[in-house]
Amino acid sequence: MDYALFLGCIIPNRYPGIELSIKKVAENMGFGLKDLPGASCCPAPGVFKSFDHATWLALAARNLVIAESLGADVVTMCNGCYSTLKETNKILKNDFGKRNEVNEVLKPFNKEFKGTINVKHLLEVLYNDIGLEKIKGMVKKPLNLKIAVHYGCHIVKPTKERENIKSAERPKFFDELVEVLGAKSISYKDKMMCCGAGGGVRAAYLDTALDMTREKLENAQEAGADCIVTPCAFCHLQLDRGQIEIRDRTGTSFNMPILHYVQLLGLALGLKPEELGLFNNAVPVDSVLKKIGT
Amino acid sequence: MNEKPKPPIQIDKMDKEFLDTIIKAGAEKINVCIQCGTCTSSCPSGRRTALKTRQLMRKGLLGLKDEILNNKDLWLCTTCYTCLERCPRGVDPTDVILTMRRMAVQAGNMLDPHKRVAGLVIKFGHAVPIDEATRKLRTTMNLGENPPTVHAYPEALKEVQEIIKKKGFDKLVCYEWK
Repeated sequence: MDYALFLGCIIPNRYPGIELSIKKVAENMGFGLKDLPGASCCPAPGVFKSFDHATWLALAARNLVIAESLGADVVTMCNGCYSTLKETNKILKNDFGKRNEVNEVLKPFNKEFKGTINVKHLLEVLYNDIGLEKIKGMVKKPLNLKIAVHYGCHIVKPTKERENIKSAERPKFFDELVEVLGAKSISYKDKMMCCGAGGGVRAAYLDTALDMTREKLENAQEAGADCIVTPCAFCHLQLDRGQIEIRDRTGTSFNMPILHYVQLLGLALGLKPEELGLFNNAVPVDSVLKKIGT
Repeated sequence: MNEKPKPPIQIDKMDKEFLDTIIKAGAEKINVCIQCGTCTSSCPSGRRTALKTRQLMRKGLLGLKDEILNNKDLWLCTTCYTCLERCPRGVDPTDVILTMRRMAVQAGNMLDPHKRVAGLVIKFGHAVPIDEATRKLRTTMNLGENPPTVHAYPEALKEVQEIIKKKGFDKLVCYEWK
């Protein structure tokens, strides 16, 4: 099965290692990925949805239409992109008034929203379409790591817009996806807490955003985590580059390696760290590679 | 000792029409708020900032227009949705905050960093556009200097910009075309 890979902004423009990882992982696992030529920012839910609903909807619709023209479901690796594209896809599928409005705007570009595809997070593809059993069978290198999983917010919330999520308080699917790779998902204080970046807070109030990040990092460190693993590019950026920003402001160094889940999965599939862009993080991941013997 | 106590809410500041506007704009369930404070106590931003979600709900209900539209605390919400999940009355406080934000933007109250982020999408089609260091990194990874997004398709960027103009978003965020 082929998926339309929605890159968003942070993955191609700041962490191309994550883009490289998904290509290698897809190849390895045997599912196809199609580019979305000319896609733009999703646009980001916390900011653009906060500014103007109609513009948010129209720009997202344009991205969805590109995927529709490929006849492939969208896969994202950023909770923000997931939130925007999933929610706008639902609005446009159900609200014909809004759909007409958007199609009016898209018409000059020979684009029309038809409602023919679904939007999935990579974790949904792995958990629902491929399945834990199959992933387990593909693991070449079980990972003896203690991992603090960071779900991020928009992959599970709001649950009224996430038909597969019953409760956002103690979800399990991400922990299971980590543990199927041989790693241990450790419990830590305030595990479901936000990284601090969303809603335009990183842009407008960086110190506030970083204070939340600091708390998250402290809690993971106290629980003895070897690294934090996230399924979201924006959380990844906040937790990784945020550590440099925290160090510059307060002098505190956490040296906590941050991996996107697709990179962790790649390691377990036996891919080399350079095939996963693991040397391009702000905080080195050497301690993780050493522990798993790569 | 002689400090004057803060005046209670002034009835003449209450604007019933403003409450109706909030409700129509998307805060359909604000009316059923019982001020229990679950939202505030669940808020990771409010733990360290002035953001008091319960207070925003109350101010909305009382129709305190100026206090909502000029409220900088609205922008301290990370949209983590914890309050929305836990609200026992189903008020959906995050959605209320997003509605209030859009009304504040309409009233011309947008923070400068947010105008800059909006400007990046208008100019480049990406809120986080590519930089030189990433271009080089992409080349070493054999990914192509530019990703297959608006960055590689100038006509696609034009489309994005036309949509933005048609929606009047450039004017809304005071973007200057150069």
